[in-house]
Amino acid sequence: MSVLAQDIADDRDDDIVAPTARWRRAARWLRRNPVSAAAIVVISLLVFVAVFAPVLEPYKPDVPDPMAVLKPPSWAHPLGTDGFGRDVLSRIIDATTLDLSIALAATLVALSIGMVVGALSGYRGGWVDLIVLRLVDVLMAFPAFVLAMGITAALGNSIANVAIALSMTQLPAYIRLVRGEMLRVRTLEYAEAAVSIGNPSWRVALVHLLPNCLPPLTVQATLAMGYAVLTMASLSFIGLGIAPPQSEWGSMTADGATYMSTGEWWLFVFPGVAIVMTVLAFNLVGDALRDLLDPRLRGTR
Amino acid sequence: MPWGSRMSFVSVRGLDKHFPVRGAGWLSRRNGPAPVVRAVDGISFDIDRGRTLGLVGESGCGKSTVARCVTRLLAPSAGTIRIGDKQLDRLEGEPLRAARRDVQMVFQDPLAALNPRMSVERAVSEPLRLHTTLSPAEQRERVREILTEVGLRTDAMGRYPHELSGGQRQRVNIARALACAPSFVVLDEPTSALDVSLRARVILMLEELRERLGLTYLFISHDLATVKYLAQRVVVMYLGTVVEEADTDELFAHPRHPYTRALLAAVPVPDPKVRGEPFVLSGEIPSPLERHEGCPLRSRCPMASAICAQPVVPREVSPGHVVACHFA
Amino acid sequence: MSALLEVEDLSVEFATDDGVVSAVDGVTLSARAGEILGIVGESGSGKSVLISAILRLVRPPGRIVSGRLRFEGNDLLALPEAELEAIRGARIALVPQTPRTSLNPLMTVGRQVERLLRLHRGMDKRAAREAAIAMLERVRIPDPKRRAGQYAHELSGGMCQRVMIAMALATEPRLLLADEPTTGLDVSIGARILELLRQLGEESGAAIILVTHDLGVVAQTCHRVAVMHAGQLSELAEVDELFERPLHPYTRALVRSIPRIDQQIALKPIAGTVPSLVNVRPGCRYVRRCPDALAACRRQRPPLIVAGNGHRVACHAVGQSNVVR
Repeated sequence: MSVLAQDIADDRDDDIVAPTARWRRAARWLRRNPVSAAAIVVISLLVFVAVFAPVLEPYKPDVPDPMAVLKPPSWAHPLGTDGFGRDVLSRIIDATTLDLSIALAATLVALSIGMVVGALSGYRGGWVDLIVLRLVDVLMAFPAFVLAMGITAALGNSIANVAIALSMTQLPAYIRLVRGEMLRVRTLEYAEAAVSIGNPSWRVALVHLLPNCLPPLTVQATLAMGYAVLTMASLSFIGLGIAPPQSEWGSMTADGATYMSTGEWWLFVFPGVAIVMTVLAFNLVGDALRDLLDPRLRGTR
Repeated sequence: MPWGSRMSFVSVRGLDKHFPVRGAGWLSRRNGPAPVVRAVDGISFDIDRGRTLGLVGESGCGKSTVARCVTRLLAPSAGTIRIGDKQLDRLEGEPLRAARRDVQMVFQDPLAALNPRMSVERAVSEPLRLHTTLSPAEQRERVREILTEVGLRTDAMGRYPHELSGGQRQRVNIARALACAPSFVVLDEPTSALDVSLRARVILMLEELRERLGLTYLFISHDLATVKYLAQRVVVMYLGTVVEEADTDELFAHPRHPYTRALLAAVPVPDPKVRGEPFVLSGEIPSPLERHEGCPLRSRCPMASAICAQPVVPREVSPGHVVACHFA
Repeated sequence: MSALLEVEDLSVEFATDDGVVSAVDGVTLSARAGEILGIVGESGSGKSVLISAILRLVRPPGRIVSGRLRFEGNDLLALPEAELEAIRGARIALVPQTPRTSLNPLMTVGRQVERLLRLHRGMDKRAAREAAIAMLERVRIPDPKRRAGQYAHELSGGMCQRVMIAMALATEPRLLLADEPTTGLDVSIGARILELLRQLGEESGAAIILVTHDLGVVAQTCHRVAVMHAGQLSELAEVDELFERPLHPYTRALVRSIPRIDQQIALKPIAGTVPSLVNVRPGCRYVRRCPDALAACRRQRPPLIVAGNGHRVACHAVGQSNVVR
């Protein structure tokens, strides 16, 4: 028998252990990390609320009820009412949609641009890379929040502008992360192999190498979502974010703060809790992703 | 057999590759030209069609750099590279990319040479996607064909590199290189990262493929025994230059250059009764930055004398056997 | 020559998510003073795990599940960690696989040897420095005083390996474990390292265990050889005897599958692949690849039988034939 025919016969008897099914590995991991599992549950809940907000909210969020102004939490209004008689619970639910979708949009836009710019810049090097790096440096020279403030102050505080501001604050980090990974990955042999089989440079960078630069990005993006929510809330808190009467956690907390001295605690505690819970959940998931991806990367067979 | 005739399939002449020394700023250039590392210095060789040329040497000799220059993964600093009727050193851009169809490379580390996020099918069909106009169904058929040729089961197509064994990965590499039916394949230490018992299979498979598909190989390795088995002609490199070149049997039976002799003496033979001739070079392989005039082996050679400071001219000591040594 | 190290029926297992990995299965061998024992095997043969076990460095999820391990007459499996620490590095020394990464990159190599001497021999700073330079000279590093002040990244692979050997020998160990000492080194450098090990072994009278995948290294350097396959010991013999009369089918197949520079042999690759060690079936693990396999081979691990002249082999087929005297 020729060597090759023998090889095929041998391979049939090969007992390489089939890798454990991904879902089974994931289930096992979730059992061992209850805190992370809880965080994932929280985020899933938030997404659910954001999607089904109009159905879930017991009252219309922007319809005032002069009969029920500044009522503390009760059966009729579980989280109380505000100065206009609007139900706080409904407003928080309504705000979930806005906060999450703006944060998501901003993150996605920043990711898309950042990935491509970082990949091409890291792969090509040279003066293109230098220019990109300097631009990134300029952006990073501003504290993220100051940058966001500046953009919304300059452009106005529509929803789109807030999203742009949030995008720009995230962009430099993604560019640098992808570029860093690209610098490491472009020296690997499969990068050389991609060139040697005839790929043009851009294909090597974007099709072959970029997918391998993504793991640290997913961690960063998850953490950035939390930060985006926080930034948006902070902008609204100082009046530069989403304008009323649109319900938004930050502006609700800001309004609620003025009632601190008069004792209507439910007006700033509940929106505040919403912010904290969301940011915390994203942070925990981000940390969990980092732990999950790191040893696996090193532990491949 | 008449090698190196004008009808040789692959012809490399005067190949140079210099790397600028990092960190040597403009201050050091005041005293002359910028310092460079001459990784490859004036290499020439020919390969006849359907034959294997072995390129051997230890670390720092430049053989991997030669491999990368010949496949244009690096741009040579000087020299000509002719493969078939294409002058590879002069091509750029699109013509170079298209020429890659015919000149492929198999890399040393099977795992590192495969994109961890690409399935076997995706990886092996990539050259087809780039160089042919086959439909996806036709591509899949060709992938099945070539996987069978290298002895892999077709159900490996959906697997990812980390799900394969070392031997299987190397076969995927070979399959990828052969997908577009190239005529010339450069093999850079294809068996070094494999287990001992796997090497024999890969060696035999490479032999069979070469004969059946009419391939021409440049086989680069530090493993002299494997080179002896596969190559018909061998080139020995040291610090970027060719020190000896001969047909395989002749080189192993009558090594003339001190470096070749030392190299052969150092290979441990799996037979306790066979002891190599105790020919030893002193010291270690010097850094390529410390190249001087004359013979590169001068600092270590037991036969070195004053004349070795003179540049060495390669001499043909017997038909087809060329040595670069003053004393050969 | 009594045995310095006695390994008897040693088994090591690892508990993983996918099941139990039986990395070493009932291995019996011994190392004698002044002798070099080679352990040859491919990846998955268990040779590195065996070394870890001898050093008592098998950590959870791995553990030594059965067998005996005696060093200088003491039962290593019964000793507390404190006593093991006194033995490790001092009486049993290891030359690990990748020398450059085994050295501390932030400390000069001289300092690293010194620290070892001060730790295990209780020397003061000046004495340790002089002894360190003397050690570097003993491993034939030229210009040892200057080299002692250098860092790992400034030394070549061969130099780093010599430093590791110096560190291993600094404490005058009785047993030296060398794990693939020439893998990754150039051929000519590797040959000199092996020569060095051989000479130092003779000078010091220590027992040396040399782990390698290279049959050539074993043939040229070792006195006795143990061949391992998939965690099991296949064959154990004096080196001349092993190469002249290989009995185990694996050893024979291995010898036939290696290209050589001294002869043109017809290469015959070994059939099959190393079996998976996860939840492994009982019996001989070479059974799927063996042309002489019998029914018994699938049921029971072959016992180590004596085939004369200190030649031991674990094979049912050999046991049944009339080769055994």
